[in-house]
Amino acid sequence: MTTASTLSRTELIAGLAEVLEEVAGTPADKVVPEATFDGDLDVDSLTMVEVVVACEERFDVRIPDEALEGLRTVGDAVDFISGAAK
Amino acid sequence: MTSASPRSAAVTGLGALTPLGPDVDALEEGLLSGRSGVRLLDEPEFADLPARLAATVDLDGRLERVEARTLDRVQQVALVAAREAWAHAGTPDVAPERLAVVIGSGIGGALTILGQDQVLREKGPRRVSPHLVPMLMPNGPAATVGLEIGARAGVHCPVSACASGAEALAVALELLRSGRADVVVAGGAEACVHPLPLAGFAQMRALSTRHDDPQGASRPYDKQRDGFVLGEGAGVLVLETEEHAAARGATVHAHLAGAGLASDAHHVTAPDPSGAGAARSIAAALKDAGLTATDIGHVNAHATSTPLGDIAEVRALHAALGDHRPAVTATKSCTGHLLGAAGAVEAVATVLALRSGVVPAIRNLDDPDDEADIDAVRTVPRELAHDAALSTSFGFGGHDVSLVLTR
Repeated sequence: MTTASTLSRTELIAGLAEVLEEVAGTPADKVVPEATFDGDLDVDSLTMVEVVVACEERFDVRIPDEALEGLRTVGDAVDFISGAAK
Repeated sequence: MTSASPRSAAVTGLGALTPLGPDVDALEEGLLSGRSGVRLLDEPEFADLPARLAATVDLDGRLERVEARTLDRVQQVALVAAREAWAHAGTPDVAPERLAVVIGSGIGGALTILGQDQVLREKGPRRVSPHLVPMLMPNGPAATVGLEIGARAGVHCPVSACASGAEALAVALELLRSGRADVVVAGGAEACVHPLPLAGFAQMRALSTRHDDPQGASRPYDKQRDGFVLGEGAGVLVLETEEHAAARGATVHAHLAGAGLASDAHHVTAPDPSGAGAARSIAAALKDAGLTATDIGHVNAHATSTPLGDIAEVRALHAALGDHRPAVTATKSCTGHLLGAAGAVEAVATVLALRSGVVPAIRNLDDPDDEADIDAVRTVPRELAHDAALSTSFGFGGHDVSLVLTR
């Protein structure tokens, strides 16, 4: 397990790309800050839950359901994860 | 006689993923050569079970990794067989609103519910898969196939234990007759080879324990039969109204001419020893097809290799067919018992036998039971040009479903 506080933004995006590849088969080059999960990346609501759980495990953070609403893009998720990791 | 009738449906596509192999060709070759798909479960999780035999399928490489991870194994086998059937039918050009799916399953997504129960206990509720419910629900295979082909005329899942696959075909026939659809993709799927279902069936004393001879364990009508062998897999048929099939110039492999359904109201699992309900389903199927007993050339019997069930079915055949003794085959001797997929796989096998004019032999029928007063096809397949055949399926709960298929 890697804690998010020690990772750069680029490393967080790379880690998120690996999670997305694993659970949704998303090609890594599509995982850019402005990409939306439900639109650009075709991640449906169930798969998004898997992404959240996998990120929680990988980055040792907690992503509450209330926060999910605000995570529309890869950039949103990276911001949240780096902010949550203290 | 036979061929298309105003009440029949055209069979234009076949798909089968069975313990005999990856597709319909493997099923046909396996049945005609009398191969067995049964093996001893030698993995450690099965070690303590009193019955450790099963007929399993090979899914390796059949689906994309990401596609497979949100589908229970029962959905995966259904999807593989449906894709084969749909391609075999030539991917019919049909309006989505005129395309339906009916895929039955006896058990549903058992492997998911059992696996996720373990996740819940070991890691807690936040680690349970969000795909759990769509993976465990019995209509999962039907829903998966419906999404795959874009069916919008209705997606249905009859659940009647070991009669589910046959009941799916009966429902499909009604959808076509009633004008609700022009094309129906129909069949059954099952995948529950896991210690818990095996332990449950074993506690019923329903399973063969012939561990020293796995390939001899499924032996319908034989004096030494001691229970069924659990199998997994799927069978799928593409059915169309005769008009629709003719209009698009589809190759018609056979016709589903009639279906008959009844129920025993006798016991939740034990067969009615008289076979009365089964006999009524056979008589109803013949009447529905507009045929009589003497039209039937061969029977693909339910015959699971249990001591009671096989003989109850013999009595049912006598009650429904009178003195007529059609050739009887029992393909579970090769495939094992695919539960909710059995009726569909056996409908595929029945179409193959009608089409080729060759009825596969019953494997392992070395010493027929004295009460098995039937014209069993033994040792070698029998060449038999015939126009109509019967396929029977009976399920726990007292479900009796018979299908009449014609050439």
